[in-house]
Amino acid sequence: MDFLRSADNPWGQDIWIGISWDLVWLAVIASLAFVVLHAIAVRLRGPARIETTPPPADVPETSRVERHSLVARAFHWTMSIAMFALLITAFVPVLGLEFDWVQLHWMAGLLLLATIIWHVIHTLGWQDLWSMWVGPTDVRDGAIELKHALIPGDDDEPKHRTGKYPADHKLYHHAAATAALAATATGLFMMVRIDTPFWTRNPYLFGDGAWGMVYVLHGLAGVGLIGLVAAHVYFAVRPEKRWLTWGMVRGWITRERYRVHFDPTQWPVDELGDPSGDRGGALAEASPRSPQDDA
Amino acid sequence: MGTIRDMIAPFDFFQPATVDDALALLSEHGDDAWVLAGGLDSFDWFKDRIKRPKVVVDLGVIESLSAISESGDGLEIGAMASLTSIVNHARIRADYPLLTTAAEHVATPQIRNQGTLGGNVSQDTRCWYYRSGWPCYRAGGNTCYAAAPQAMNREHCILGASRCVAVSPSDTAPALFALDATMVVRHGRRERVIDAEDFFIGPSTDITRMTILEAGDLLTSIRIPAQWAGARVYYEKVRDRGSWDFALESVAAAFRMDGDMVADARVVVNGVAPYPVRLEAVERSIIGSRASEDLAIGAGEVAIQGVRSLRHNDYKVPMMRNLVKRAVRSVVA
Ligand SMILES: Cc1cc2nc3c(=O)[nH]c(=O)nc-3n(C[C@H](O)[C@H](O)[C@H](O)COP(=O)(O)OP(=O)(O)OC[C@H]3O[C@@H](n4cnc5c(N)ncnc54)[C@H](O)[C@@H]3O)c2cc1C
Repeated sequence: MDFLRSADNPWGQDIWIGISWDLVWLAVIASLAFVVLHAIAVRLRGPARIETTPPPADVPETSRVERHSLVARAFHWTMSIAMFALLITAFVPVLGLEFDWVQLHWMAGLLLLATIIWHVIHTLGWQDLWSMWVGPTDVRDGAIELKHALIPGDDDEPKHRTGKYPADHKLYHHAAATAALAATATGLFMMVRIDTPFWTRNPYLFGDGAWGMVYVLHGLAGVGLIGLVAAHVYFAVRPEKRWLTWGMVRGWITRERYRVHFDPTQWPVDELGDPSGDRGGALAEASPRSPQDDA
Repeated sequence: MGTIRDMIAPFDFFQPATVDDALALLSEHGDDAWVLAGGLDSFDWFKDRIKRPKVVVDLGVIESLSAISESGDGLEIGAMASLTSIVNHARIRADYPLLTTAAEHVATPQIRNQGTLGGNVSQDTRCWYYRSGWPCYRAGGNTCYAAAPQAMNREHCILGASRCVAVSPSDTAPALFALDATMVVRHGRRERVIDAEDFFIGPSTDITRMTILEAGDLLTSIRIPAQWAGARVYYEKVRDRGSWDFALESVAAAFRMDGDMVADARVVVNGVAPYPVRLEAVERSIIGSRASEDLAIGAGEVAIQGVRSLRHNDYKVPMMRNLVKRAVRSVVA
């Protein structure tokens, strides 16, 4: 199996020209293997036990807690469309189903860039940046979950309630953000080499060697995203996580889920489900709805 | 880079006697195998040691592949029929003179004797950066040397570029396209009949291939339906040298006339894009109209909508306009 493709440039220098397409197959097969093995492991030993100490008495009693604002959900789903369009246009032709992909690919790339900019502005202006910070509690919880996953029979130590975003969500976010930013930044440079309605191509922005690096990074970020997106979709449809996915569709989770999974000191909400502290990040929606409506 | 050497790199050479044997060999060796027809394109690559197949499957002794026969409502031409046999074929000359003329315009008598119809439509582009072995997009690399600002791109495309700007070199391809020909392609036991329009692919679909053919595929024949038999046709090829040369541009057109009205038309140009281009907008602009000088002038203007020239091939734009104009003018009474 090759990892990189290289070629002689016109000056006889051996330069990288991109990743080997074997890596695409590797990412697809590794993703499928992860999904299958994880599903088997969870079936055999069940999900991690969650801390069962009673929640503080002052947890307010509205039936819904809003988890994602409309703007945040619009961002998430628009970005998903862009990401799927990018992965399909990038890799499906490599895997054998050929179609006219180039224009669709860069247009999806620009859509992804727009959603990233939107997300950054929204986060800085209206959300709590620190809710994504990986702190000591996250490290501890992550270690417990990892131990549970790796050591058979190890579920003595329950997982603690978390803030709005558990450690695995935060780590996933940062990995996906790194890969998406790398793919977008390198993709923007690659766009300089093709004609678009906005500019005429310029293949000489960098030398051959630097261009090779850009292509390699773009390819690595792309195959990384295959695995990350596959894992995300898999967890989104797993029965025990589906309520979180519905939260991203409807914007809210039930008060019951909130009590069981989240620590109100780290993710405080008021009686109406509004964020009540500056570490919150939840936005309000208070229409009464019973926990049974939860999917 | 592209150094011509006198020795071809070694490969295993097979001469199957039947199509099935050839297909079995192609399936067995997959990407390592190369189909050899007349060898005029193939040996260039081999001698320059740019393409180094491990296995070469020569179709030369499969007699059935050279046959030209009646089929259903038209003609079926075996992929290994030589260009000379096409030029000399009485039925083709009578009913499909567009193909005769196009085949007659290919290179020299010697090349037409050796070159096959299947090889002519499947041949690779003549972009000289690519043919010199430079690691361009088409060769699996990540740049197009011909599209660079300082590049020598006089022969390159003004339409359909997508990173790569090479053009299709085939003279028979636009004629077959204009005649609504279909390509019969076998892969193992599976047979596909592919419209010419889908047979030739552009770089935005696959930058490393000119046609839909991939490892294991064998083009066995080309079918020409009766639809355009006896139609009014026009073929013109512009080249640098009168003796022999690849087309800078060519036009192949077929017309059905109803009195002096254009009842139906096909207008295809080549040498302007990485694949032969059917000009449907031109066809729409003339179908149902009385053939006239003005109609021809208008068709020429429609033809060049959306073209985009490179640094050194501006001349291709008026050339394309004039070729289309002349094709339409040919049916003016
Ligand atoms: C000096 C010179 C001048 C030329 N001038 C012109 C010109 O003016 N106009 C023009 O149109 N052409 C021109 N040609 C091209 C020539 O006419 C041939 O048609 C062309 O080179 C390929 O035909 P071939 O039969 O030799 O095929 P080959 O060279 O053997 O094959 C060409 C390609 O097609 C593939 N192939 C061939 N047959 C099949 C099949 N049945 N199934 C699957 N794949 C197949 C081969 O694998 C190879 O990749 C010229 C060639 C030369 C050398």
